[in-house]
Amino acid sequence: MNQCSLSFMLKKYAAPVALSMAALMCVPPSAGAQGTVADQLTGKLVITGSSTLAPLIAEIGKRFESLYPRVRIDVQSGGSSRGVADARQGLADIGMVSRAMKDDERDLSAFPIARDGVCPILHQENPVQALTDEQVIAIYTGKVTNWKEVGGTDAPITVVNKADGRSTLEVFLHYFKLKNVDIKAQVVIGDNEQGVKTVAGNRNAIGYVSIGTAEYDATHGVPIKLLPIGGVSASTESVQKGIFPLSRPLHIVTKTPPVGLAKAFIEYAQSKAVHDLIRQQYFVPLAD
Amino acid sequence: MISSGSNTLSRWPTDRLLLWLLRGVATIAGAIVLLIVVFLVVEALPVLRHVGVARFFTDPSWHPAEGFYNLTPMLWGTLFAMVGSVLIATPLGILSAVFCHYYAPPAIARPYRRLIELLAGIPSVVYGFWGLVVLVPLIGAIRPPGPSLLAGIVILTIMILPTIALMADAGLANVPQQYLRGAAALGLPRWATIRGVVFPAAKSGLFTGVILETGRAIGETMAILMVCGNVVQTPHSLFDPMRTLTANIALEMAYALGDHRAALFVSGLVLMGMIAALVGAADWISRGRIYG
Repeated sequence: MNQCSLSFMLKKYAAPVALSMAALMCVPPSAGAQGTVADQLTGKLVITGSSTLAPLIAEIGKRFESLYPRVRIDVQSGGSSRGVADARQGLADIGMVSRAMKDDERDLSAFPIARDGVCPILHQENPVQALTDEQVIAIYTGKVTNWKEVGGTDAPITVVNKADGRSTLEVFLHYFKLKNVDIKAQVVIGDNEQGVKTVAGNRNAIGYVSIGTAEYDATHGVPIKLLPIGGVSASTESVQKGIFPLSRPLHIVTKTPPVGLAKAFIEYAQSKAVHDLIRQQYFVPLAD
Repeated sequence: MISSGSNTLSRWPTDRLLLWLLRGVATIAGAIVLLIVVFLVVEALPVLRHVGVARFFTDPSWHPAEGFYNLTPMLWGTLFAMVGSVLIATPLGILSAVFCHYYAPPAIARPYRRLIELLAGIPSVVYGFWGLVVLVPLIGAIRPPGPSLLAGIVILTIMILPTIALMADAGLANVPQQYLRGAAALGLPRWATIRGVVFPAAKSGLFTGVILETGRAIGETMAILMVCGNVVQTPHSLFDPMRTLTANIALEMAYALGDHRAALFVSGLVLMGMIAALVGAADWISRGRIYG
């Protein structure tokens, strides 16, 4: 109760101040038009679904809230299937789905907002230049344990895997049709940076991380190299074009074609204004 | 002058105020610990109820996404890392304090003590980072893959060394001067004085130091996460990678949902149990013998 009345008071007194501040800070040329839009957009959006997308949508939501102070955006994670189910049943205004839409999900309106790409990485001094899908599978399931078996030097392979629950792990397992139980790893890591550091510090390691992270580090002097998959070079560009196989689209979905607040939010999430947030989360913005 | 303590206390209103203030603070401190335990149990309950306690020790592996919840390899990992580092750090720390007090000239002892204090203040992630970029490749050159129980023990030893060294230092400083003068009057050599007089007199301080360093070794997360490899397996040699319970929580918490999340709270409960066992054991060992 206390909290309720407090937030009510805050809203009552803070809103006009915040509004005028937003109008001052936002866009000088069309300040009048912005002001009226900000006046119209009020209410609360509930967004649920994929835990991969939740941090990104939460960041976009924060920025959206600062533009339209009377809007509240509530982001909850719970997996892509929850995103679909909640959007369908109307429990959420918008669902988050971190994969391609299935055929039986055509009833929903889906809006891609970014792509997520994963690529294998090796130490720069590893002579191996490319691995076939079968070789990657053999290495990760422990059937191949020495680099000389796949054209490298005579040295044991250090397999670097991701911890359970990470989205990069999901993408990797899904593409190679593996189960986490079958993977024989020597190192298990948490976030992408840790993966990059582990491979950079071990000449005989193989790992996989988000392409955004790997590309940034490789171009900033970290001794790693990105391996192509199926002949397609690993880069944010090939992910953006949608031709890199180890990647997936990130969608937000609504039950009916969106109107009003939901429409404004989706348009904002697809606009260039959030590309920096997308890159911050190591995802790849869509080509315009 | 003759009145008992409680009478003296109740006579002054400020004393009464202080008494209630202290009671309040003590209640809060106790309640926080209890609330943490209750919170852990409540969060872990869903998975404990429909998976059962036994499966956390009998499942074939730890793959919570696929419904396997075996915690024992991580329990062993935590224990091995803790025992290894405590066994190395304790003698080193105590000897460092002895050196500082009885052998080093004051010109060296003061800066040396400051150095140890500095060591205690370095954040664990810095140790971890150093371990990842220096220690792990070094071990990897001797026996691949590099991230291993050994790396964990070395990092933990460096981290808990200042704790035991400073506690032992404080313990030795508290040994009454007349003991030392008595030993000197008897003509005892320096090492015999330390072994026969100083250690027995300082044992409660030394013991407290050991308990504190052990607690830190069990609870350390970030550095261990970075150097141990985090593969869920019972390590069979010093060069095997392994995962501790703390690292398990830190690694998987961010993306864990449902049963997986609850299983991580079970990890927390097991850790809490280990700490409780440690405190219990310390209490039992020291009963009437050390603090008496």
